[in-house]
This record gives sequence, C-alpha cells and structure tokens, in this order.
Amino acid sequence: MNITRRHLLILLPAAAVAWESVLAGTPESSPNYTMTEHWWGMLIDIPKCIGCGNCVRACQAENDVPDGFFRTWVERYHVNDWQLANPQVISPDGGKEGFPSVAEDPEGKYFFVPKLCNHCADSPCTQVCPVGATFISPDGVVLVDQKYCLGCAYCVQACPYGCRYIHPTKKVADKCTLCYHRITKGLTTACCEACPTGARQLADLKNPADPIHAFLKTHSVQVLKPQMATGAKVFYNGLDGSVR
Amino acid sequence: MKLFKDAGHLFRLAGVFLLGTLSFLAIRAFVVPHSFGQYGHYRGAAIAEIAAHPVHFAGHQTCETCHSDIAQTKSAGKHAQVNCEACHGPLAKHADDPSIDPGKPDVAVLCVRCHSASAARPKDFPQVDADQHSGGIPCTTCHQPHNPVIAAGGAK
Repeated sequence: MNITRRHLLILLPAAAVAWESVLAGTPESSPNYTMTEHWWGMLIDIPKCIGCGNCVRACQAENDVPDGFFRTWVERYHVNDWQLANPQVISPDGGKEGFPSVAEDPEGKYFFVPKLCNHCADSPCTQVCPVGATFISPDGVVLVDQKYCLGCAYCVQACPYGCRYIHPTKKVADKCTLCYHRITKGLTTACCEACPTGARQLADLKNPADPIHAFLKTHSVQVLKPQMATGAKVFYNGLDGSVR
Repeated sequence: MKLFKDAGHLFRLAGVFLLGTLSFLAIRAFVVPHSFGQYGHYRGAAIAEIAAHPVHFAGHQTCETCHSDIAQTKSAGKHAQVNCEACHGPLAKHADDPSIDPGKPDVAVLCVRCHSASAARPKDFPQVDADQHSGGIPCTTCHQPHNPVIAAGGAK
C-alpha cells in the first residue's frame, strides 16, 4: 500500500490519539475507595502464630508469586539462654509447608516470626529508585510500577528487611502489595484471610474505628529494626529482642 | 553607533537554543506518561492498575452469603475464628460460578499443619502427635472440622 502525504497527515493524529490513551492508563477500578481516607499497616501477634504456613501459601496463590520467592514468609527462631544475641533462625521454603517438629522440653525457647514488607512510611527502597517506579501510595502502601521498573535492583539492596526480589521471568522488582487489589475493595489481605489464629491483622491507622488503636494503647508493640527509622507500619506484639 | 552590530551569530545561537528547548518539551510531553507526578514522582495510573489485579480469595463474608448453615455451625465451636478459605483454599472462582467444584481439602495434610505437636507452638494451642492420637485414622472420623469438639456431635 502506498501511503501518500494526504494519508500520512490523516494517520498521524489518529496514532497520536491512540498513544494518548495508552499513556492515560486504565481508569480507577474501585470507585468507592478514597485513598486519602486510609493509612494501611499490619499487626502481627507473635504469641498467636503457630507456624502453619497458611499465609505463605495464600500469598503465593493470591499474587502468583513464583516458586522459591516470597512476599511473606515465616521464620522460626530458636533462642538459647546463653546465646540471646545469636538466635538460630530457619525458614524452610519460607515456612510454606510448616516446620520440623520440636521435642518436648527443648533447650531454650522457640517461636515463629511472620515477615512481610513493612510498608515503611519513610521507606529506604522508594528513595533509591532512579526512575520513580516504586513509591508510597497516598494510602501508605509501598508499591512497584512494574511497567516502569528497569530491574536495576537498587531497591532490593536498599530494603533493610529483605522484602524485595527481582521477578525471575518479568525481570522487574516485585514485593508485597499488602494485597492492594483486595484492600481497595474492602477485603482483607490474603494472608490475613488465611491465618487461622488471627495472628495477622490488617490495620487501617486512619480509621478511628479500627481495633488496632485499642490494641496499640494496651499492648507493648515493636517494629523491626526501629533504629533504622524507616517508619515501619507492621507492628509486632510480643516480639523477642533477638529478632532481627 | 549601532548597538547590535554583527549580532547575527547571537540570534542564530538563540534560535538553535529555542529550537532545542521546544523539541525537548515536545518529546517530553510525548514520552512521559500523563499521570506521572499526579501524586508524586511516579506514574499515578499505576495505583489503579495494581488495584485492578484479580482476586483469588473470595473472603469469608462472600462464603457465608450462601453457606450460612456452616457459618452457624462454625460460630459455635473452636474454629469460629478460622476463615473458610484458611482450609478450603482460594475459592473466588467458585464464588463467581458455584458450578465450579471447590473440592474437599485432604484432612491427612490439613489438620496436622496446625495441630501436629511441636514445642515451638504456643503452649495453649491444641496439639497432638497424630500417630499416637489416632493411629492413622482420618481426623474426620471423630472430629467434625467445622466444630471439632467430639461432644458437639462427632463426625457428620
């Protein structure tokens, strides 16, 4: 087909309009959700965690997390009285299929620590991104724009909690989205939905009716690595001092 | 005396500079996504794209709209706080189209995930050594999973 100058002049604006719609992106998918009314975090109640691995399996099913990579995982700590600063930590396959059993009367103490992205309010990972592909959303969730990400992995190195990885096939940064596609629809996260003991609870810190406020008032909670001043919003109740 | 004598080269340079600035602005407007900078130094439309991902876990509220009988059985027992999909797995597809068979969880794997004895588990959490406890008999022979206390009626 011969494209004449006349055809080209007609086609060019059409192509420009098509490209415009690509740049504009998809429309808002949750019309009843206002980002500025929420500030998301999570509460993890260590004494309730039984190390069943339900959260890890649920996360992988919900978010198509590739095998061997984890957006959330469970660690089992073994702390001896004479080695408080050097706990033995295991997490076989992220705790997905549970943990080897421990005999009665063990030496020292054992406990489980579920981990996930802390959705830091001052997150180190978003600050290092050279292209603006990772960011804190107006409702306090640290997200990755996978169409914009270059896969340079600066953010993977910057996260002090080891919560990011490079997706093996997409070759871009991937991480916990706090099930953003669920919480914007009024659902809880997949890990919280699947947790049988309520050890994990999604928390909306901007909602005065959220039970998190009563819990924070009456319990001594901690965040991981508070000395790094990341503004972590995953709160741990009953966290042992040996947890890193 | 003429002020701008032999100033032609300056105007030419200014022209080149102007042309460069204009072409930079034109290219920038073309390649930078419109929503970039809408909320911050990122593509604002990415938020809606992430929010549009498909849901796999329907949520217990959805389950209970149809299975209210089981929700009632469950609310009376020790598993009251255990959500449906904690055991049954992600069933949003079944919730959208009830003709899709959700299948039954394998109790041989399922129950011991939480209840196998381990000193690492909280002391007040019910745990058994499955071999000693039942000698290989399936848990559901005695326990009804939605309300596991045997006095509550046993297997159904």
